[in-house]
Amino acid sequence: MKYASEFRDGKLARKIAAAIAAECVVDRSYTFMEFCGGHTHTIARYGLEAMLPENIRLVHGPGCPVCVLPVGRIDSAIELARDHGVILCTYGDMMRVPGSHRASLMKAKAGGADVRMVWSTLDALKIARENPDREVAFLAIGFETTTPPTAMALKIAKAEGLTNFSVFCNHVLTPAAMRAILDGESLPLQGIIGPGHVSAVIGIEPYQEFADRGQAIVVAGFEPLDLLQAILMLTRQVNEGRPRVENAYVRALPAVGNPKAREVIAETMQLRGAFEWRGLGRLPDSALCVADAYAAFDAELKFGLPYRAVPDPKSCACAEVVRGLKRPEECALFGRVCTPDDPIGSCMVSSEGGCAAHWLYGRHRSKTAA
Amino acid sequence: MNDQSGVRNTRLFPHALDIAKGRVDMTHGGGGRAMAQLVSEVFGSAFDNEYLAQGNDMAVMPPANGRLVMSTDGYVISPLFFPGGDIGSLAVHGTINDVAMSGATPLYLSASFIIEEGLPLADLRQIVVSMADASRAAGVPIVTGDTKVVERGKADGVFISTAGVGVLADGVEIGGDRIREGDAILVSGSIGDHGIAILSKRENLDFETTIESDSAPLHRMIRAMVDAEPEIHCLRDPTRGGLAATLNELANQSGVGLVLREEALPIKSAVRGACELLGIDPLGVANEGKLLAFCPREKADAVLRIMRSAEFGADAAIIGHVVADPLRLVRLETSFGSERVVEWLNGEQLPRIC
Repeated sequence: MKYASEFRDGKLARKIAAAIAAECVVDRSYTFMEFCGGHTHTIARYGLEAMLPENIRLVHGPGCPVCVLPVGRIDSAIELARDHGVILCTYGDMMRVPGSHRASLMKAKAGGADVRMVWSTLDALKIARENPDREVAFLAIGFETTTPPTAMALKIAKAEGLTNFSVFCNHVLTPAAMRAILDGESLPLQGIIGPGHVSAVIGIEPYQEFADRGQAIVVAGFEPLDLLQAILMLTRQVNEGRPRVENAYVRALPAVGNPKAREVIAETMQLRGAFEWRGLGRLPDSALCVADAYAAFDAELKFGLPYRAVPDPKSCACAEVVRGLKRPEECALFGRVCTPDDPIGSCMVSSEGGCAAHWLYGRHRSKTAA
Repeated sequence: MNDQSGVRNTRLFPHALDIAKGRVDMTHGGGGRAMAQLVSEVFGSAFDNEYLAQGNDMAVMPPANGRLVMSTDGYVISPLFFPGGDIGSLAVHGTINDVAMSGATPLYLSASFIIEEGLPLADLRQIVVSMADASRAAGVPIVTGDTKVVERGKADGVFISTAGVGVLADGVEIGGDRIREGDAILVSGSIGDHGIAILSKRENLDFETTIESDSAPLHRMIRAMVDAEPEIHCLRDPTRGGLAATLNELANQSGVGLVLREEALPIKSAVRGACELLGIDPLGVANEGKLLAFCPREKADAVLRIMRSAEFGADAAIIGHVVADPLRLVRLETSFGSERVVEWLNGEQLPRIC
């Protein structure tokens, strides 16, 4: 605990904030995207935006795995649980995510589907071993951070010959999403805060292409001081006019990431041609599926799951929010029909989505200011 | 539940129940001899008191001096046994606390059991004995009860419903709508212990912790508080949904805003660590032996002293204050120096994955 609390020291935070303010050139504007939902959560929870000079603007990126999963994929997961008699194992985050017609895994469970919340892929394997007469599928979601445990589960299942286990793979790739943001219409960015735990797997090298495109990149941890430090480093990079990839998370993050984890992923998974992202559309080479050598463990093949694209709800501004074109409170649905209890758009679904974070931690500020 | 002898009637029941190896079966709920024996040998012998000894389907109690207060609650906790208690003691403490939060003195409890076929008799007895011990320690007898057995798969071991009756002195007016701007907010001890103790024993999540549930009866603490400071505006036990849910409920009920100081919140370091690890907020974690109290600011120190000197109140603290706020928000001043809104949880608190 102490290791975490040291990075939440309010006095030190104000010192770093003062250093940022001193570094900021007055008539210049700085727009940085914190890619990761974990960062969005910390920024909102600790009110970091309020500590920054007015000409630094943070854009909440698409790095929330629950938020970017398209409705069609959620529909497939619900179908898998409801119509194929499988035990569907999922991380808790996915239980309440709405699919088409307001269906969800939670509601499917209430309707008789066997949906079980697990805390790790090892739990899903255990359930498969304990239920040899049932098919057990693991609903795999997440960026590079949660991919290695899924990859290990595939490897273990194959080694043990667990023929009743399969993975419904929805793992997505951070650099592909960053590329889509920079390629598409978005607020002009000067820098990106990279997610530290993603780099703990992929290292920091994959971000070089964005530095080459003129973006300042700082990979950061998840405590408030980590983020303030990263913002200070980004501001300096912009002022120096020398964008590059820097690692602000050296206490946990070797620059090379985790080659062993990458090896297991490369063995068990392969690139998909294209994958639909909620808010970003179909992106080429942006997601992983189960590798051909592990096809027997691929739930999509095993149960012939079709993919039907479902358009995002009308007037939902999630696509603009993740590109920084709109702030959450500028969406017509925000807080009126779209709340964490009854989310319409992807950014409200998980507490790490930009809209949910703003609803949870920040809306009183704008309301009292109004 | 009407035989209090505690000694087996060998004419009616020639063979003793096999408590060590036996299980509850459908005959135990069938209204026949087997049920009578279960009631007599498991429940009757444990709960023994003068009202139950009346031997009827209801208990007749003497007149009470004051307004009557009544509350009921169902207990479906899983696992049935957890560090610091079990479903039986919880069913006694929870209902005593619900009655007591009005400022009343709890007098009597009822208990209704819905038992799943197959429950080991040894487990049932352990639960019943724990319930009896809790009721005796609290001085609130279980005066009437009922037993039903349902087929395997139709319940989860055992469900218990208890109801409580208490008496409330004239002049005591405590309620969720009486909180006023300027009130102080107090909590009777460390938060989140119960939820973390339960979570640590849930299937798939066996982590090592020394945290025990805080399940405890608070009526004596409340008696002392109300006797000394009748101006207490509100008492509430932050059970399911933790402080976050209870405080939001109260802010809405009284039409006020609540401001908490993070540094003042009593949280055990093991609970804090477990919450950090699981990605959950201790403010949303359940308590079963804690109360929140609201009283005028100038009375807060006196109330705090009484809470701290009472059993189960050693770690009581003043954690915040009440403000005027048309938005009725619960806010937390963080030790970091920022402020955030404390929201109700949506559904069960679930771990974040990244």
